[in-house]
Amino acid sequence: MNSNTLFHGKIVSDAEAENITRVEELAYELKVGEVMTPDPATVSPETPMSEVLELFRQKRISGAPVVENNDLVGLVSIEDLLRCLQKSDLDTETRLYMSQNVLTIRDTDPVIEGLKLFVSSHFGRLPVVNTAGKLSGILTKGDITSGILKAIQHDYQEEEVRRYRASHLFEDIESDRSSLILRYNIKQGDFTHGGAASSAIKRALLRLGAEPQIARRVGIAVYEAEMNLIIHTTNGGIIRVEIEPKQISINISDDGPGIQDVNLAMRPGYSTATEKVRELGFGAGMGLVNIQRCVDSMRLESVYSRGTNLRLKIFLPEEDAVGEGTKEPNKETK
Amino acid sequence: MNLQQIIEALALRPITDNQNFEEIEPTCGYASDLLSCVMAGAPKKSLWVTLQAHGNIIAVATLLDLSAVIITEGAMPDQTTIDKAREENVILLGTEAPSFYVIGKLWELGLRCDARKPERPE
Repeated sequence: MNSNTLFHGKIVSDAEAENITRVEELAYELKVGEVMTPDPATVSPETPMSEVLELFRQKRISGAPVVENNDLVGLVSIEDLLRCLQKSDLDTETRLYMSQNVLTIRDTDPVIEGLKLFVSSHFGRLPVVNTAGKLSGILTKGDITSGILKAIQHDYQEEEVRRYRASHLFEDIESDRSSLILRYNIKQGDFTHGGAASSAIKRALLRLGAEPQIARRVGIAVYEAEMNLIIHTTNGGIIRVEIEPKQISINISDDGPGIQDVNLAMRPGYSTATEKVRELGFGAGMGLVNIQRCVDSMRLESVYSRGTNLRLKIFLPEEDAVGEGTKEPNKETK
Repeated sequence: MNLQQIIEALALRPITDNQNFEEIEPTCGYASDLLSCVMAGAPKKSLWVTLQAHGNIIAVATLLDLSAVIITEGAMPDQTTIDKAREENVILLGTEAPSFYVIGKLWELGLRCDARKPERPE
C-alpha cells in the first residue's frame, strides 16, 4: 500500500509520476459513492441478535450498520455475532454487542481514503455517510476491487470505441470532399526526434483502418523526407499529410537552401551529406529514390537558395479506403 | 526458427527487456549500416544486423515492423535509445562478434533473403 500514499506529504517527481499505474490513478479519481454498496440492510439497536443472525444468513453479508432515527449509531459484524453465540445470548438486543464510535467515510471522498482506513484500522467494512451525515451505503475492500475493475473495463471499451470511430471518420460527415489534415513541424538538426512524425503518421493511418502495407509505404516515404528536413535544411520544414478516403497527399516544404541539381539528387547513391551525418548511417543517397518507390506520384520542385517542395500522392483502391468503415481499425497500432 | 533459438545459437545478449522470444519468427535477414538502404531493402518481420547503435535505428525498426535488431561489434546504444526501443516495443540484441560472423551464422541456421530487393515495400 506504500505506493498509494505516494501523493501525500511530498512532491511527486517526474520519474515517480511515470511509475504511477492506472489503478493508483483510479484510486484517486473514483469516489467512494461510485463503488460502495448503496442502501445497505440495516438493523436498529433494539433488534434482537437472533434477527441479525437471520439477516446475515439471508443476505449473505458479514456486517450491518445500526441506525436509530435515521442516525448511524453503530455497526454490528459477524465477530460480534460470534461473541453472542458463544454466550448463547441470541435474545439480547443488538445495542449490547454492536461496536459504537465506528469509523465512517464520506461518499464524496476518493477511494484512496477508504483504502487508507482499511490499512490503518482492523475494520472490514466502513459505513458511508453523505454530506448531511446520513447513512448512504457501506464500503468493503471487495467493493473497491470490483469498482476499480469496472473502471478499467470502461477505459478499455472507450479505447475500442475510439478506434472504431476513427475507422468510420468520414462516414457520417457530408461534404463534397472531406479530408483530415495532419501537420508536423520538423526542426533542423533534431536527430533525437528523427522518425517521430513518420511513426505518428503511420499510427494514425492504422487507426483510420488503412491496410498495413499502405501505412508502411507512407511511413517509409515520410521518414526519408523527415530525415531530409533534419539533415539538409537551413531552418527545418513542414510535413503536411492530407488523408482522404481514397488518397493520401503528402506535402513536404522548407525554405532553403534548395537542391542545386534535382536530376543529380534523384540519382541513386548521390548525396551531399557531411561526413558527420554519414557516420550516423545517413547520406546513402537513397532517400529520394526510396520515396519514389513507395508512392504513386511524386513531384519535386526546388529553387536553389529559396527552398524545396515535395508533393507525394498515394492512391487507395475502393476496397482499401480509409475512414469509411470498410475496414476494421487495425490492431497493429503500438 | 524462432528468435529464442537464434539468441541461444549466437549467444546474443538482449539489450531490451526479455520477452517471449519463442513466439517471434523472423522471416528473413537484412544487413546494412546505411539507414536508407535498410528502409529500401529490409522486408517486414526481418532481422536487421548492423553496427549502428544510435536512436534512429528505433524509428527504422518501427516503421519497417522488423522482428529484431542485432547490434554487432559490441556497440552499445545509449539509455535514451534503449528507453525508446522499450516504448516502441523494438527488440535490441547485442553481440561482440562482427557483422559478417553474425550473418554467416544466421545463414547456417537457415535464415535467408532474396537476392533482389522488392520493387515496393510489402
